[in-house]
Amino acid sequence: MQRRSEAELARLMQAAISGDERAYGDFLQQAACLVRDLARRKIVKGGIDPEDIVQETLLAIHLKRHTWRQDAPITPWLYAIANYKLIDAFRRRGRRVEIEIGEIAETFAEPTSETVSDREIGRALAMLAPGQRSVVAAISVDGRSIGDTAKWLGLSETAVRVAFHRGLMAIAGRCGRSRNGYQ
Amino acid sequence: MDTSEFIRTLTADTLRPAMPLSTVWWASVGLAIALASAIFFTMLGARSDIVTAAENPRFLVRFLVTITLTASAFGCARALSRPGENWRKAIPYLAVAPALIAVAIVVELFTLPSDTWSATMVGTNGIACITYISLIGIGPLAIFLRTLHHSAPTRPALAGAVAGVLGGAIAATFYAAQCTDDSPLFFATWYTIAITGLAVLGAVGARVARW
Repeated sequence: MQRRSEAELARLMQAAISGDERAYGDFLQQAACLVRDLARRKIVKGGIDPEDIVQETLLAIHLKRHTWRQDAPITPWLYAIANYKLIDAFRRRGRRVEIEIGEIAETFAEPTSETVSDREIGRALAMLAPGQRSVVAAISVDGRSIGDTAKWLGLSETAVRVAFHRGLMAIAGRCGRSRNGYQ
Repeated sequence: MDTSEFIRTLTADTLRPAMPLSTVWWASVGLAIALASAIFFTMLGARSDIVTAAENPRFLVRFLVTITLTASAFGCARALSRPGENWRKAIPYLAVAPALIAVAIVVELFTLPSDTWSATMVGTNGIACITYISLIGIGPLAIFLRTLHHSAPTRPALAGAVAGVLGGAIAATFYAAQCTDDSPLFFATWYTIAITGLAVLGAVGARVARW
């Protein structure tokens, strides 16, 4: 994919904020590439999947897009979010390694291996309350539209929109906790 | 879920983005001042001799200091609440208010005989000063922590501490209208303790602002 300039990225996000979904998708694709490069460069020891960082950053970008000043450059904003998520992941990994060593010493049990294929976001989704989970899963996993989901669950479109948005917020709040499972 | 799927998920969330952050900051500072003034006038009210006191530069300099601190802490908190913003440029302004106090203290030390310095510093109502500034400032601090939760501070603890200074500076501005210990020596001691306490509380309370 061709890399866009700072000005183009800012334009895409401005369009996105005023409701242009295509521009938003485009922007997120571009952001994903930038964050993926950054994460691959910074994660040298393993234990963290760069793609998890990409997804957590995209979710944070989405939920915090009102914190971007539309007259400010967007790449510093984007990288600051990505770095925050990276540091958070490093910190959690440090804690998890400590906990695992403690467990082995105490119980001599095999450490449970993590399924690498299942993404952090997917695990956080599985931990949502049932109502929220069915709305988020219908839209994100089954790819249904808001209208379809509303009909399928017998809810109003507004209720689905709100539940979906709150579900995404809950996923963002749970991402950290589901990674080590001990908090 | 792979990343392109996830991007489709995010674009499907068409709920309008939240209110722009600068609107939220102005609204919360307005709300905080209203709350602080409500608490102040219910609990204390201005001192009875405020009209004569207003002619005393020692009385007035406190407002200059607390209002300066409010303005600089407000700028800092706003910068700290946005990812990628250059908050390091806003931090030095926090030193303006302490510099003003330092000047006031030097003037005070030249005018007061040295054997009264320590009694003036201890004053008559230091504990009341700490208590009331904390009581008036805690509501505004809660409002600012809520605002930080809505925003995206990449240094949450620092942002929380600055939010505490902001709440403390607003509270101190009100309390200064009641306080009868006019000396900058008293001010620099007790007001600083109260505002520092709120800053520590803010740094701890900023856990709510993690995202």
